[in-house]
Amino acid sequence: MKKRNTGWSWKTLVAILAIIVTITGCSQSGGSSLNGNSSSSSGESSAIGTGGSAVGFIFVGTKDDYGYNQAAYLGSEAVEEAFPDLKVLRSENVPETAEAERVMEEMINQGAKIIFPTSYGHLDPALNVAARHPDVVFFHQGGLITSDNVGTYFGTIWEPVYLAGVAAGKMSKTGKLGYIVSVPIPQVLLNVNAFTQGARSVNPDATTTVVFTGSWCDPGQQANAANSLIDGGVDVISQHQDCTKTIIETAERRGAMTVGYHADASSLAPEGWIVGSVWNWPDLFVDMTKTAVDGEFKGSIYDGKYRGTLADGVVQLTDFGKNVPEEVQALVEETKQKLLDGTVHPFAGPVKDQAGNIVYEDGYIPTIDELESMDFFVEGVIGTIPQ
Amino acid sequence: MIITDILTGALRSGTSVMLASQGELISERAGVINLGMEGSMLAGALGGFAVTVWTGNPWLGTLSGGLCGLIISLIHSFLVLSCGANQLATGLTIMFFGIGVTSFFGRSFVSEQIVGFNPVPIPILSDIPFIGDVLFNHDPLTYLSILLVPVLWYVLFRTRLGVIIRAAGEKEDVLFASGINPLLVRYCAVLAGGFLAGVGGTQLSVAYTHSWVENMTAGRGVVAVALVIFASWRPAMAMVGSYLFGAAQALQLTVQQQGWPISTFFLFMVPYLLTLAALLIVERRKRSSMPEALGNVFSADAGG
Repeated sequence: MKKRNTGWSWKTLVAILAIIVTITGCSQSGGSSLNGNSSSSSGESSAIGTGGSAVGFIFVGTKDDYGYNQAAYLGSEAVEEAFPDLKVLRSENVPETAEAERVMEEMINQGAKIIFPTSYGHLDPALNVAARHPDVVFFHQGGLITSDNVGTYFGTIWEPVYLAGVAAGKMSKTGKLGYIVSVPIPQVLLNVNAFTQGARSVNPDATTTVVFTGSWCDPGQQANAANSLIDGGVDVISQHQDCTKTIIETAERRGAMTVGYHADASSLAPEGWIVGSVWNWPDLFVDMTKTAVDGEFKGSIYDGKYRGTLADGVVQLTDFGKNVPEEVQALVEETKQKLLDGTVHPFAGPVKDQAGNIVYEDGYIPTIDELESMDFFVEGVIGTIPQ
Repeated sequence: MIITDILTGALRSGTSVMLASQGELISERAGVINLGMEGSMLAGALGGFAVTVWTGNPWLGTLSGGLCGLIISLIHSFLVLSCGANQLATGLTIMFFGIGVTSFFGRSFVSEQIVGFNPVPIPILSDIPFIGDVLFNHDPLTYLSILLVPVLWYVLFRTRLGVIIRAAGEKEDVLFASGINPLLVRYCAVLAGGFLAGVGGTQLSVAYTHSWVENMTAGRGVVAVALVIFASWRPAMAMVGSYLFGAAQALQLTVQQQGWPISTFFLFMVPYLLTLAALLIVERRKRSSMPEALGNVFSADAGG
């Protein structure tokens, strides 16, 4: 009893353990009583997504990256405006790991019945959390797997990217275009191919040189890549990165033209901006939230894989830069109309890969699922897909 | 021309590493190894960027970036020299601290635009066909970093100050007996190293990319430490090693652009593989040219 030990005594250890267990137990029961209350207070069986006091958004990066996350953030602001009764919970820099599960659970604890995991890699964490909370609706951006309460949404961004390629093909003096990308996922290959198809539809000798940086946002690599492409004769650069500022500014400094992606960054390139492809998440997010809040998620267009198109206004072209001539703008408009009424499709056969093999036969129009699992580069792309 | 592109890329991309490795060289010559250079570089990148945003003056930014790098290395030197902590462990801790601190404070700077350094072609020299593009079409910090090398060599090997620094790393007892405090010399050396690393980070953010993104140095600080060993603690060789690293990064891009079917995942490894290979090749000579006090660190003594 009066031992003067330097180590912990058995009693102290047990006491500490008991305290920890009590605290953990309290917080868990607190959480489950919250859930218990909400499900017992609504009289009828409530549709999933309803009865919440908040909407949660998780982003993989920061909201001011002039790119992917900024676009999603704008969508969250629209939801905030349209639903003054709902608290909007946001978390930036959420990694694509189990950490995301913790963040989403926390938002659900705070009353969210609608969650927007906005990064591709948030899908698995979202599916896990969704399985534990069947009364919460998840709208995941870009995923290819859905579940009872997880719907995925995306836009057919390759349509405006194709149009941007048309503009780039017309504006390029060297006929050499550049594309800076991160990793060879289908979305990326699809964009590069759409861009190239567009450019070659107005200049059959145009080429797109692709550079992989291995990262979604590494300014050093991006600057290296942009400089290197320009040294090699490229005069129009586009990119598929989360943050776009470094590439656009580097291109502008060196006199190359820019085609934007994700967000309108024309202020960064007043001379060289041609046009950009952007997401119109605000309207879509508001509609999705409304569908969930009204209890109509099940069986709606968002229950499953929703792909908004150019015609739906979910993907758009930005305004043209000041140095783009009228005739180029008119040509792009004309092509856009043809896309909308179906006379032109960016990947209507015959489409050949880099080796010259026919991938889509003459007259064949690939489905959206086929496009979203693209694994080759079309003719005219210079670069190898890392295996 | 492919060679011109690679060499130009080597300088563009290798300068930030070179500044950090020159700084680490001073520190190691005095007997202290600082693995926290990555933290100093990031602090310099953020500090320099932030001050350039606030003042519009990239030179002030450079000075501040250097000071931020210095402050980070001050923590390292205090822990190692005055508290007797293990140099390797402390350095790594400082590195992670630097990454975390800059990620946190840098959040509001991600979308800021700056009036940074732009390439300044030197009037007549930059028109020389091959060398002109490679050597004389860079930003001011790159030019300064090239000038630093002969200056550092001269100071280290031809001045009394250099002897003092090297004595602190080789025979600290003798230095002490001659009336100079080796700890003080080491403090100054580590701080100087941190300052240079900070300037290296600033070059990356204010001169090269004009951007700030968390963790943007992506390991350059750690590579800088490895390069010092590759260089056998000589400034000129450290410069060569850094440009070799930069060239490997540029090579990776060139290979992709030529359309050669080498996997890009393999190419991403090349700069680091090259550094590793260089270290192994130099391994045999290394032990004899290492500052003696540094040798103590590597034989698991507590250093200091």
